[in-house]
Amino acid sequence: MTIVIGFEGSANKIGVGIIQDGKVLSNPRRTYITPPGQGFLPSDTARHHRSCVLEVLHEALEEAKIQPKDIDCVAYTKGPGMGAPLVSVAIVARTVAQLWKKPLLGVNHCIGHIEMGRLITGAENPTVLYVSGGNTQVISYSEHRYRIFGETIDIAVGNCLDRFARVLKIPNDPSPGYNIEQMAKKGKKFVELPYTVKGMDVSFSGILSYIEDMAHKMLSSGECTPEDLCFSLQETLFAMLVEITERAMAHCGSQEVLIVGGVGCNVRLQEMMEIMCKERSAKLFATDERFCIDNGAMIAQAGWEMFRSGHMTPLEDSWITQRYRTDEVEVTWRD
Amino acid sequence: MECQAESDSRQRTREYLAGLKLLKQGAEARVYQGKFLGKAAVVKERFPKTYRHPALEEKLTHRRTAQEGRAILRCRKAGIPAPVIYFVDYVTNCIYMEDIEGSVTVRDYIMTAQKNGRNLHDLAEKIGKILARMHDEDVIHGDLTTSNMLLRPPHQDLDLVLIDFGLSFISALPEDKGVDLYVLEKAFLSTHPNTEEIFSALLKSYSASSKKSSPVIKKLDEVRLRGRKRSMIG
Repeated sequence: MTIVIGFEGSANKIGVGIIQDGKVLSNPRRTYITPPGQGFLPSDTARHHRSCVLEVLHEALEEAKIQPKDIDCVAYTKGPGMGAPLVSVAIVARTVAQLWKKPLLGVNHCIGHIEMGRLITGAENPTVLYVSGGNTQVISYSEHRYRIFGETIDIAVGNCLDRFARVLKIPNDPSPGYNIEQMAKKGKKFVELPYTVKGMDVSFSGILSYIEDMAHKMLSSGECTPEDLCFSLQETLFAMLVEITERAMAHCGSQEVLIVGGVGCNVRLQEMMEIMCKERSAKLFATDERFCIDNGAMIAQAGWEMFRSGHMTPLEDSWITQRYRTDEVEVTWRD
Repeated sequence: MECQAESDSRQRTREYLAGLKLLKQGAEARVYQGKFLGKAAVVKERFPKTYRHPALEEKLTHRRTAQEGRAILRCRKAGIPAPVIYFVDYVTNCIYMEDIEGSVTVRDYIMTAQKNGRNLHDLAEKIGKILARMHDEDVIHGDLTTSNMLLRPPHQDLDLVLIDFGLSFISALPEDKGVDLYVLEKAFLSTHPNTEEIFSALLKSYSASSKKSSPVIKKLDEVRLRGRKRSMIG
């Protein structure tokens, strides 16, 4: 029996999760929400995390009904992410690991998403679409690495959605992406936007600058409604994502897709992916907001796999890094 | 409303394709194999993607069918090996082209060669050379992977043929050529682990063969950095 506690705080979510051999014992989380029209700044986000991390930690322990002595390993997000929030959470992980005399383990955030997705859905060896505020990657496992077959060559899809939300002053509560999704359901007219797929890579910056430029003109002339824009943006962005996923599947001969990351809980994206999968008799695996969106349990789960295969991070190496690619990690826990 | 001629044409195509052998379903098309006017042919059918909005679907599919035909023609005129196109049907978005009989994909060739410990240096040089010529013609392939290159039999002669030009376009910009190589590099290294050396031989041969390679390689370095340095949050 192995129990791992995971600390996550690489962006505007702070979460602590506890995993015991594939079972989520607890997974509380808080989100730092900014006013409409504003993004979250690193220093403010770190302040938010510092102010509630201990409360979240207490909640995690209480809900799991365990004592610190029952824990085998303390995992935390080493990166990638925003520097200040990462540091604020890593410090707590380091401190409790020393207080409780437990080994420490730095985890790659992206690997956390993948391992959590695999655990929850039971997907064996899927092509992974990892889509969030900071990442857009199509990943497939081979020879001890999660290899990146396709990715954005500029901004992430979630970043594109978030920044579009700021243009239209769409609220950030509970998340800009969720509100865009709800508005898109009422959109009717399809506005043509740039569509940029380069092999298995995508580019979103052109779409963003186009829509930033045109949105107010089109709205004030009555050419379309904000709902139409949300609808058209989603349809275009998601079509690109489904297309590169399908390209990677065809290239790798894969018959499974797993969607992870915050944007992955968008039901329209899941719907489109499902249609694509059906057309090629493949299987789609997706999770809901509890596990798609950043959370502590995903760090605990990746930590659990790593710890069981012999990984540990000595205190002097327990730093964080803003840049940490998915394919840098040697995956020792899979064949 | 669709006119009678169009729906007749669709019907005829459906009947014709039903008599062919479905070779594979790629990412954006079904590929059939059979005879076309007595010649060994493959038919690439860009069937509608129902996950896409109909307006987007129609635009993309038509554009890609046209682009593929145009780029292949341009390549062949410049002596860059690509399949012969027999016929393009814009109503059903089908391209009828030469069947490269007995060919293997470079992807499979590399995998077998790696298993048998065969040297891949010559192949890398060959690919570099052909891509250099293609870029000198200002053709950007748009989807370079080792699955999109074939070897005619006998395979060891390295008679390379480029295919799948659906994402191609014409551009003289080093940026576009750099991204083209970047796309290949990522697909190459992720599909074939531990081939960094082979890929650098490919780039070397590209640089040596192309008249305009130095700004392209410089752009490639720039684009790589974009990938590496991208802040990755969330």
